[in-house]
Amino acid sequence: MSETMVMTGNEAAATGAKLARVQVIAAYPITPQSPVVETLSAWVESGELPAEFVAVESEHSALTVCIGASTVGARTFTATSSNGLAYMNEQVWWAAGARLPIVMCIANRAMAAPWNVLNDQQDSMSERDAGWVQLYCRDNQEILDTTVQAFLIAERLNVPVMVCYDGFLLSHTMMPVTVPEAGEIDAFLPKRPAPLTVVDPGDPRNIGPVVLADPRADSSGVVSPGYMELRAQHHRALLAAIDAIPEVDTEYGAVTGRSWGGLTWEHLLDDAEVVLIAAGSLATQATLTAEALRAEGVKAGVLGIRAYRPFPVEALREKLTGRRLALVFDKALSYGYDGPICTDLRGSLLGIEGVPAVFGAVCGLGGRDTSPEDLAAAARRAIADLDAGMRTRATDWINLHLEGE
Amino acid sequence: MSEREGGSTMEPGRRISMSRPAVGEAGATGQWRNSRPVMDPALCMAAKAGKVTCQICWAYCPDGCITQGAGPVIDLTYCKGCGICAEECPAYAIEMTPEALHGVCDLPEGEVR
Repeated sequence: MSETMVMTGNEAAATGAKLARVQVIAAYPITPQSPVVETLSAWVESGELPAEFVAVESEHSALTVCIGASTVGARTFTATSSNGLAYMNEQVWWAAGARLPIVMCIANRAMAAPWNVLNDQQDSMSERDAGWVQLYCRDNQEILDTTVQAFLIAERLNVPVMVCYDGFLLSHTMMPVTVPEAGEIDAFLPKRPAPLTVVDPGDPRNIGPVVLADPRADSSGVVSPGYMELRAQHHRALLAAIDAIPEVDTEYGAVTGRSWGGLTWEHLLDDAEVVLIAAGSLATQATLTAEALRAEGVKAGVLGIRAYRPFPVEALREKLTGRRLALVFDKALSYGYDGPICTDLRGSLLGIEGVPAVFGAVCGLGGRDTSPEDLAAAARRAIADLDAGMRTRATDWINLHLEGE
Repeated sequence: MSEREGGSTMEPGRRISMSRPAVGEAGATGQWRNSRPVMDPALCMAAKAGKVTCQICWAYCPDGCITQGAGPVIDLTYCKGCGICAEECPAYAIEMTPEALHGVCDLPEGEVR
């Protein structure tokens, strides 16, 4: 029997990793992620979770330990936030390029400087191009379920997966979470298939040796692909996740009765003319905004981004064609350009017949409170701009208080 | 899922970078060297004893280009000149010397060594 418990998002992430029967966990503490690995380390210590817990001296080492363990075939897990993720950066790229199915939870937190422990999504969105699948969760139940799903996605495609959820807003907020029975998850998530690497003392290999521009024969006469060939296959694996993410979500639903929409999810979208788009708990908040706007006679709906990488281009085109306005709320920014989801959405819709105008708004940086009413006010401004004939406009900053403005 | 198939049967290097270890896999890296290890058999413990003993230089060489022996032999085709063997040798039998002294490149005009 599954059991419903009240727990934080961090406990939900740890519970997901435990249900997945992770074998090696390596982590370094950082707010707001720390309770994830504190919980896991307590379970390892008590014997409740038969795994190796490796305490390390930095996040760079944490992911390095995961890379080593994953290379020899272990199911590995870590978690971090903000500057911890930035400190991992080199190994974030290595884990992906080496095609290791590591799962990492990110309790999303603002990047320093200046120091700020509160939530936005800048940390993981800045790792957009590293070749990891990135999934964003809207509540604690989804954190648990997505953490379990992430292992199956990762191991099917040989790519690492980040499970991202908002720091404090979810990581430290308690809500009811249904914990599946271990046997249910064992049926859903089989043991990890053999790794791509050959690990055999009788047949030693160099793993990750230098690859030059062009394919070349190694000392045994085996022609190895060049860098571009390896990268093209990595890219195809990420694109294959467009199918794998919904498939795994559906399979999970068959076992537990819960699915999360695969790549995207929606609320009041059917007849919506104004579509509010965001990732994570911000999109949950936008559902209240859409309901409030509907009470004012605006046909508003929400399209939530669950998969940010791979970016669900086809799904977004299909779901947005025929709408008047897509208003994207980003809790991150590419400094000197625009919000990351807004930017990607504009590119996805470019040249497609009948797509809406895409307006961007940046909000919630460094934990700045953003209420459903703030989002509604931004939506009213956007609709007024659209009615005034604008098809594109500068990024709106929600709740910004600059002196003299 | 095609990506799933062959997960355990992959030939080396099809989807990831992997090769069998072999001498010279990374090219003639000895060309990178700007100082050369020179072993003095009068000081090397293995050479003096006439048997395969010590071998600490062999154990520490990060490029695996030292062969065990009495005394050990450094393969200069691959030795990058890092100097770890000289640092680790308990008998101070290995000296790092500038490549210029070995006729690899000309000395600057007027310089005498």
